[in-house]
Amino acid sequence: MLDTLRKTLPNQAGIGFKSQHFQDLLDDPGPVAWLEIHAENYMGDGGRPLAQLRELRARFPISVHGVGLSIGGENPLDRDHLARLKHLCTWLEPESFSEHLAWSTHDTGYLNDLLPLPYNEETLTRVASHIDQVQETLGRRMLLENPSSYLSFDSSTLSETEFLKELTSRTGCGLLLDVNNVFISAANLETEPQAYIDAFPTDSVGEIHLGGHDEDEASTPRLLIDSHAKPVADPVWDLLSYTLTQTGPAPLLIEWDTDVPPFAVLRNEAARAEVALTA
Amino acid sequence: MTSFVSALLHPGSAPPSDISAATRDRFDVYRNNVAVSLTEALETAFPVVRSLVGDTFFKAMAGVFLRCHLPGDPRLALYGREMPAFLETFAPAKDLPYLPDIARLEQALRESYHAADAVPLDPAKLMALTEEDLLETSLIFAPATRLRRSKWPIHSICKARGDTTLKPQMTAETVLITRPGYDPRMTLIAPKNAGLVDALYRGQPLGQAASTHPEADLSDVLGILLGQGAVTILDRKANE
Repeated sequence: MLDTLRKTLPNQAGIGFKSQHFQDLLDDPGPVAWLEIHAENYMGDGGRPLAQLRELRARFPISVHGVGLSIGGENPLDRDHLARLKHLCTWLEPESFSEHLAWSTHDTGYLNDLLPLPYNEETLTRVASHIDQVQETLGRRMLLENPSSYLSFDSSTLSETEFLKELTSRTGCGLLLDVNNVFISAANLETEPQAYIDAFPTDSVGEIHLGGHDEDEASTPRLLIDSHAKPVADPVWDLLSYTLTQTGPAPLLIEWDTDVPPFAVLRNEAARAEVALTA
Repeated sequence: MTSFVSALLHPGSAPPSDISAATRDRFDVYRNNVAVSLTEALETAFPVVRSLVGDTFFKAMAGVFLRCHLPGDPRLALYGREMPAFLETFAPAKDLPYLPDIARLEQALRESYHAADAVPLDPAKLMALTEEDLLETSLIFAPATRLRRSKWPIHSICKARGDTTLKPQMTAETVLITRPGYDPRMTLIAPKNAGLVDALYRGQPLGQAASTHPEADLSDVLGILLGQGAVTILDRKANE
């Protein structure tokens, strides 16, 4: 079932695609070697989103990043949504498919946020079976992303890194290591980000994410918010350098989803990522 | 998770009991993310409604709406289908009786944007028909074509976009939405032609539609529909 012959993302810098950068990317992508799209934005029947994606597909390696599958949810996966993902992955043939260790849908509907789950044997079994179902349906190996955390649960019996490691061994999935999320979670839960990287199953990393965060100035203790609304912070670049010594070169994505700047700004961030990769 | 969701959607309620004591205050981050992100999705979907009621009113209204109507699935481009019906019964908006129809128009624009691509009908195909065949032909509209009729001046209000110096006359308006490229376009249909366009949009053969709407100008209407790429093919099944 798992695909060893499929093309993979290059170990270079990529950016999250925003439609306003379409022409810039065709004209001169600079250091941007690949693109990531949010799957849910390309599930319409036609129009500009799909037309742009078809054209980009011809020129760039593409990563499909789902934000709404609710893999960490209590309920069975939404089969209709899974079918839509399969349709997208079938025609697009992306180099990578990834989703989040989080949930977003419950009985009443879709909540449009990546919500946290406790880490214990019960949730491990459930998430593993959801990942199995995704990989079987899509006919490919998926990457699972570590979340940004704001709180912890009394019912957790495993650390996040233990939980992720166990998921990779049960399902064969790979991991998407979001270094900004590691930094945010460590600040919010008062742990050490480097210790998290040390404990992370780095052999399974198929992609790394970098993004900007905000600090809630009014909060004590310190509260960082995963906003994707500004440049990657300097300490996150430092944590990336440390991470790369553990993982080796990997596809590196710059995420910027809110207050999206002109392409030139993302180009600079991608150039900085490229420097980090070759350092 | 049911208690987690319930606490998310009810500000002021206690966070779920399973959250570690030291981090319980942080539950508000998720509450805020859910409300803000869904409100932003509605702002993107209904920019004209927002400009008509103002930002503060819209945010408060969105807060009520999202607690009654969460998205049915993760495709946020579809979120807000219930907005027109919601606005019909939303008492604080009762002084703006045209608001539900404005929301219907914006919803139609959004549907058009994401609709399947289609090749517009070549007018020569229509011209090539004999008059007898022409009258028995129905038009098949492109997936991106929509028609919205209202007793309110929805087109004028939409064009004014909250500019209070423009005072649309309170007359009924019919709007044809087409998508010649990738951007939906609105065309105001003259009142005398509205019934005919509506009949054609519902699939009536040209002859039947024209005879029930003698007030309308069929050649004007065909000029608009074909010129805007509203039609993809002719349906002459009735004829075969």
